[in-house]
Amino acid sequence: MPLVKGGKITTDPLILVADEADIPGEGAILISAARFLGDAEALSLRAGRTAVIWPNNRDVDDLVPYLGRLAAVALVFPTFRDGRAYSQARLLRERHGFKGELRATGQVLRDQFVFMLRAGFDAFEVKKQSDAEAFAATVKRYSVFYQPTGDGRITALHRRMQLRHSESAGQ
Amino acid sequence: MYAYDELDRTLINERVTEFRDQVKRRLSGELTEDEFKMLRLQNGVYLQLHAYMFRVAIPYGTLSSKQLRALAHVARRYDRGYGHFTTRQNIQFNWIKLAELPDALADLAEVGIHAMQTSGNNTRNVTSDQWAGVAPGEVEDPRIWSELLRQYTTLHPEFSFLPRKFKFAITASDHDRAAIKVHDIGLRLYKNEAGETGFEVLVGGGLGRTPFIGKTIKPFVHGHDLLSYVEAILRVYNQYGRRDNIYKARIKILVHELGIEKFAKEVEEEWLQMRDSALAIDDSVIEDIRSRFSYPAYEKLPHMPEELKKAAHDPHFEAWRKNSVAPHKVPGYSIVTLSLKPVGGPPGDATADQMDAIADLADKYSFGEIRVGHEQNLALPHVARRDLPVLWKALDKIGVATPNVNLVSDIIACPGLDYCSLANARSIPIAQELTRRFANHETANMIGRLHVNISGCINACGHHHVGHIGILGVEKNGEEFYQITIGGRADEKAEVGTLIGPAVPYGEVADVVEDIVEAYLALRARPDELFIDTVKRLGVEPFKERVYATR
Repeated sequence: MPLVKGGKITTDPLILVADEADIPGEGAILISAARFLGDAEALSLRAGRTAVIWPNNRDVDDLVPYLGRLAAVALVFPTFRDGRAYSQARLLRERHGFKGELRATGQVLRDQFVFMLRAGFDAFEVKKQSDAEAFAATVKRYSVFYQPTGDGRITALHRRMQLRHSESAGQ
Repeated sequence: MYAYDELDRTLINERVTEFRDQVKRRLSGELTEDEFKMLRLQNGVYLQLHAYMFRVAIPYGTLSSKQLRALAHVARRYDRGYGHFTTRQNIQFNWIKLAELPDALADLAEVGIHAMQTSGNNTRNVTSDQWAGVAPGEVEDPRIWSELLRQYTTLHPEFSFLPRKFKFAITASDHDRAAIKVHDIGLRLYKNEAGETGFEVLVGGGLGRTPFIGKTIKPFVHGHDLLSYVEAILRVYNQYGRRDNIYKARIKILVHELGIEKFAKEVEEEWLQMRDSALAIDDSVIEDIRSRFSYPAYEKLPHMPEELKKAAHDPHFEAWRKNSVAPHKVPGYSIVTLSLKPVGGPPGDATADQMDAIADLADKYSFGEIRVGHEQNLALPHVARRDLPVLWKALDKIGVATPNVNLVSDIIACPGLDYCSLANARSIPIAQELTRRFANHETANMIGRLHVNISGCINACGHHHVGHIGILGVEKNGEEFYQITIGGRADEKAEVGTLIGPAVPYGEVADVVEDIVEAYLALRARPDELFIDTVKRLGVEPFKERVYATR
């Protein structure tokens, strides 16, 4: 599955480690939440860095104490119809100030890219190669946004207010 | 009227371009039907029994004459010359071709109309009182806030994949014409003791398989906090609403399972963490939206002009005026309801020619404005009273002056088995038969206000639970049967109707309704005791006895 990061298809630096497999001594790893929470202190301080797959039915509060040390958090879309991870993403970014990689995994399709970017995702395990290749074009679909989110895109309401102020200043 | 600015127009056009690409990918096979389904639903496109059905939003029920003409154009050019107005201020076209849909959308976008989120598991068209801005005694025009919510809910990055669909309704009048108590979020605008505008917020109302009347989650939310409070509700719902069972996924079930106190507490905790975020609204934002609503330049006109006095001698005019003309907040003007319930016709349908003619009449007599109500009728909101007689003649000529507004033949009905892939039974022919049974205006007038609502299946699009008489189509051993409820209502005293007994076959429904009406006429305490009040006073028993005595 292609990984899109920084707007481009890239090689995944994370090694997915199954729950029953040994944790390698080096390299950045991606492990399940259950495994991570089993020894969170040690795993989060690992030299090679650790990333966690966080399920969409678990409160992100449990992850908050370790956020600063994680290489990435991978949120899950079991199907594209299940939108719980959008809320988790916004909470991690906007409330808990998570600055690391926020990865969308699962059924990640082209038509969700804009929503995901707005919710704070910056890495995408894209289901289809053609969708991954269309990433750069797809995210340019919209230039107007009605809602304020943590992505910093200015909303239509605020653009209007700015316009008004500049008009009245010019008078 | 709300005037789109360049930003609104840009967004709609971007959405049309996106949808065009999605349709192209489906037609080329790049998208599977399963993947495409959600994408088309997010843009109001269903696959029905015979064809694709296309649902277009009419936010808060306000249309300009130009917009209505565009709807007529779509009906004529891409469909079979008519459209169906729904119970949620939408219009549906039943015979649209997938390949032509992007063009239809592009044509509508030119006049600021869209189909975004008219289906799918997202926030749907924000509905309001069809008399907003013109009803006497209204606190303030709720459409300002409806438009704010329309923008806020459109393509929301967090809430476009909710557990299930999510509907808002707003009213600013004591008498609720927007049915806010049967919506996922119902908002009643009022001013607190300090004179500040805010909302009583209700949550968890809804019809369908498990009907609930909405409960008050917070008695007063300041207007400045409306968006942050709504976001808190949606976030709690998005995370905790059930996704394992489609029939238990609406917010009403979550509210019911947690209890309103616990749910309110969860929302409050979430809200307190974000009420001062970028979602806080300051007055300048509200003023900016308000400034883009235009209001007519009303003249100073007499309440009783000569034209009206003269027309009062015509009993046909008077019959229409009494049922279709309502008081306006400005003296000398009236609100005129256009009945889309002709005798023998399908409720809520309008032909392209009728839509064009109504648009012309709106230009001539109503400052170019038309409203759409959840009862599936239209209204001209600013008619000078001196124009009523001439307008009546024109409306009558195009078949939208049936004098039955709010009477027994002013029926709400879903499309039913004639069109809908979900239906178990037909709705439209039942409605048509009832309009024929009660075609005599004297009789209907004597019966007085009585709402008959018909749904062709448990999903309750015809709002049968909240009809004074509710009719629900079910299927028994391959045959159409109908359950009858009475005592439901959708206004400020909203209640779910009570089943009166076993379901009856298709052929007997009209007889049963006649029996119920006859029982009411015999039982009512006074001629002005409404059907709904008689049921309230006596309960369902006497009606049940009457209906089942001979069955």
